[in-house]
Amino acid sequence: MIYRENGQFKTSYAADQQIFPILQDRWAILGILAFAFVAVPLFADEYLFRAILIPFLILSLAALGVNLLVGYCGQITLGAGAFMAVGAYAAFNFIVRVDGMPLVGALLLGGFTAAAVGVVFGVPSLRVRGLYLAVATLAAQFFWDWAFLRIKWFTNDSSSGSVSVSNLSLFGFPIESPTEKYLFCLAVLVVFALLAKNLTRGAIGRQWMAIRDMDVAAEVIGIRPMYAKLSAFAVSSFFLGVAGGLWGFVHLGSWEPAAFSLDRSFQLLFMVIIGGLGSIMGSFFGAAFIVILPIFLNQLLPWLGGLVGVTISTAGVSHAEIMIFGALIVFFLIVEPHGIARLWSTAKEKLRLWPFPH
Amino acid sequence: MAFFLEVLIGGLMTGMLYSLVALGFVLIFKASGVFNFAQGAMVLFAALAMARFSEWIPGWLGVANPVVANILAFIIAALIMFAVAWLIERLVLRHLVNQEGATLLMATLGIAYFIDGLGQTVFGSDIYKIDVGMPKEPVMVLENIFAGGLLINKEDFIAALVAALLVAALALFFQKTATGRALRAVADDHQAAQSIGIPLNRIWVIVWCVAGIVALVAGIIWGSKLGVQFSLVTVALRALPVVILGGLTSVPGAIIGGLIIGVGEKVSEVYLGPLVGGGIEIWFAYMLALVFLLFRPQGLFGEKIIDRV
Amino acid sequence: MKLRNYALAASLAAIGLSFTLTAPVHAQAKGKQAQAQVAEQFFPVLVYRTGPFAPNGTPWANGFVDYLKLVNATGGINGVKATFEECETGYATDRSVECYERLKNKGGGATAFQSLSTGATFALTEKAPVDKIPLITAGYGRSESANGAVFTWNFPLLGTYWVGADVLIQHIAKKEGGFDKLKGKKITLVYHDSPYGKEPIPLLQERAKMHGFDLSLLPVASPGVEQKSTWLQIRQNKPDYVLLWGWGVMNSTALKEAQATGYPREKMYGIWWAGAEPDVKDVGEAAKGYNALALQHGAEPNAKVTKDVLALVHGKGQGTGPKDEVGSVLYMRGLISAMLGIEGVKRAQERYGKGKTMTGEQARWGLENLDLDQKKLDALGFAGVMRPIQTSCLDHMGSSWVRVHTWSGSKWEFSSDWYQADEKVIRPMVMLASARYAEEKKITPRTPEQCKQ
Repeated sequence: MIYRENGQFKTSYAADQQIFPILQDRWAILGILAFAFVAVPLFADEYLFRAILIPFLILSLAALGVNLLVGYCGQITLGAGAFMAVGAYAAFNFIVRVDGMPLVGALLLGGFTAAAVGVVFGVPSLRVRGLYLAVATLAAQFFWDWAFLRIKWFTNDSSSGSVSVSNLSLFGFPIESPTEKYLFCLAVLVVFALLAKNLTRGAIGRQWMAIRDMDVAAEVIGIRPMYAKLSAFAVSSFFLGVAGGLWGFVHLGSWEPAAFSLDRSFQLLFMVIIGGLGSIMGSFFGAAFIVILPIFLNQLLPWLGGLVGVTISTAGVSHAEIMIFGALIVFFLIVEPHGIARLWSTAKEKLRLWPFPH
Repeated sequence: MAFFLEVLIGGLMTGMLYSLVALGFVLIFKASGVFNFAQGAMVLFAALAMARFSEWIPGWLGVANPVVANILAFIIAALIMFAVAWLIERLVLRHLVNQEGATLLMATLGIAYFIDGLGQTVFGSDIYKIDVGMPKEPVMVLENIFAGGLLINKEDFIAALVAALLVAALALFFQKTATGRALRAVADDHQAAQSIGIPLNRIWVIVWCVAGIVALVAGIIWGSKLGVQFSLVTVALRALPVVILGGLTSVPGAIIGGLIIGVGEKVSEVYLGPLVGGGIEIWFAYMLALVFLLFRPQGLFGEKIIDRV
Repeated sequence: MKLRNYALAASLAAIGLSFTLTAPVHAQAKGKQAQAQVAEQFFPVLVYRTGPFAPNGTPWANGFVDYLKLVNATGGINGVKATFEECETGYATDRSVECYERLKNKGGGATAFQSLSTGATFALTEKAPVDKIPLITAGYGRSESANGAVFTWNFPLLGTYWVGADVLIQHIAKKEGGFDKLKGKKITLVYHDSPYGKEPIPLLQERAKMHGFDLSLLPVASPGVEQKSTWLQIRQNKPDYVLLWGWGVMNSTALKEAQATGYPREKMYGIWWAGAEPDVKDVGEAAKGYNALALQHGAEPNAKVTKDVLALVHGKGQGTGPKDEVGSVLYMRGLISAMLGIEGVKRAQERYGKGKTMTGEQARWGLENLDLDQKKLDALGFAGVMRPIQTSCLDHMGSSWVRVHTWSGSKWEFSSDWYQADEKVIRPMVMLASARYAEEKKITPRTPEQCKQ
């Protein structure tokens, strides 16, 4: 009853095609943005920023990238971590080697480098499909794992292979405190989410979805598979590269290649599938689920154990976390294989009638 | 020259060991169309069960003879793997029939995490020993042809033989028995198999059981070689290029793919590695598989992917 | 789905979120409450009891926690109770960072962090100065952090990897009959492909230049289960010595591959993280003759402190971990790491007030002014185990005494005299590397005046 479109008439094509055609949706999004930009910095404490919010924002950006490739274009990738690594190290090299390089410039250049690398490693997708492609993308993962450990030029000749950046600033404003970092990541995420949404609503997005649904038929009607697939790899890697740069610069501060290992790639794929393939909203849900769940379990299990008088060692908690994580993934996939985003849209559908039964 | 032969033989044998793990992938994919990312976790779980039971049985049952203890441990571990297979089919696969490949992949990844955690909770996270009497010392052969002889690793050699025997046994199973025929029918076309009365659920349990046994054998061999510990799951990652090079649906492909990847890995690491600083094995194997895929996108022996528009 | 289910799911999600997000606040509040009654000193314990390095991380953690329990059982730190909380990192840097963030304000403030991971040390080195919490990296971490004028908050106590590599070369030279006999010899470093494994390379290259031996570097991709090609290359090159810089299952795999390719274990020398029971137990007799560095201590089943732990902690059923682990190499390392933290606090109490809780800054001063002579160490129960350790502003390492021990097939036995690292070689490298770090991070090294504060 509250959430309905009655009385909302559109008088122009632009109004009809906007991202949030329903007024309630627009208000809700404005509310969320206001909450995120204004209320959260006022009330959140440092731990919340550093351990939950900032990783959530950066991983949402990465999940967006993966979703564009896997969910919209249908190319399963297991090498997302490698592209994040490329973005991070490229941004690092730009900052260190070019005097006076601004932060945003370095991140974007890192993203473009990752996009170029993504195109190169996306070439197999023109020939190989499905699970074979998924495993082929692992080649990218392992190659870059090795390259950043071995090729000293990438790490500015640091003997240990670990690199670090500090003293970040944006147009003179320092990005040091947790609040500043949070706001910076949030701003980047909002811009990129808008970019992703508009890409998927446009011609290129439709090409990707056509390739995903049936690539032979798409080719038959004139969509060039090379252009569509490689552009998907490029855009996805761009997002991943910027996310990698943010992860290294803003969240970790100092990193080594193991920060972008295969586990990270699996984590991103989990986020996308649990959140919902082919849905921008789903990337956020998935990222929230995966970031919060381990911390939640870490707090819940000892507390539960305390309730029944059983002290569980950290190893036990860790193992239980992994088990519950795995079980929840499976449970989720059984209950809603299309992800949380589908649950959300079903809920919205029901809300259109609520509280009336029909 | 002698050294090159040593590297070659070492590579061939490592390849056979990889194909042991790859077999599990292929079996499950062939019969149920599921790419089982949990294979590594199953290898670890089976190896843990074997290692711990062979340690506990002498204490529980007072059996002094290690051979008997090992055999009993093997039987118990096999039964545990059967139980795992049945549970996976019952709790997970049955509910995910007809889902997309990506969903099934993620489900098996979830199963992998679960089995990882369960194995370490029940059996522990220390390094455990599997002692099935494998010889550890190397042997030198062909001493009259090559000065000093060629180094052959006896353990790897026996492992390669075991792998070959396992493949032969599986081939016999698939070709000569009724269940094997039913498995091949299911692999060919689920719906057709169902329509002639083959019970899909039971077949899937059987396939996962067989894959479980294969995982157990692979776990024993690798565990005997490396010690049984969490990092055993990374062996599955090294076996993935084998699977895609050989083709996801082909058992001989797993063997041939294994040999090619094994040799490729070792030769590249020994001869190309020093030029670039070393450590290139893993990604070289994947690149090699990728190169083959560019010529045959479904793997060397895999089924051609036919799209109907 | 029915509306009822939606409501249920939504409320569960809300509870879950609120639980997660407010957990550290609750813990902090609880900690402050408890602190008001009895003075407490909180020690966060970053451990890895799961994952590929668990077999080595678990005994270390058990030793660490057992020592804290021992301290409490013998009157605390001048009456102050040592509280602790474990946090599982799995050797992953981002989890270590998360544990750090979660625990740094807990229990009244963390006293010091010990991450047991060189990778995590790099990340935490950036954060510790901001939060003013010292990082103790006893036997690992960045080698250049021995220079306390630049790395004010890092304490690589007892020894760094450059010290270890240096002593190995000294020992090998001694075996060969002098440094001049090293010319033309071949030494291979088999290392874990990570910041940890790469640490010794600069020093080994420096020594190779000085003495003319042939150094070859063979990296092993983490976690190090497949080393056949590495050892085939060793078989071809026939180096005179192999140095092993591995961790976790990489060590036992290396020994097994050495056996499989017939490389004599007597010629293998491991760093002190590659010379413990989990690395050789599996291989047993076949690892006989394998040598490793002992970071002052080895396996110490007969030390007084071991007996104290067995009596006062395990005897009361408070032991963390199995009894037969007490006294093993990594157990002792964890125990000694905890001891160094406790002694830092004790020293700080001498200046800032006995019987009071020390802040991170005060504990840092204590760690920088450690003065444990042999009498004090003997009184603590480390007679025959440890040698004196004395830190200062410019020397956050405190001592560089190292021994070599050898696996006899069933236990570790000392097989050399005490060595000290050659400061003439290491000091310039430390100063150079730390100057480079200071320049990069725009840190002004502390002057002797500032050091005295």
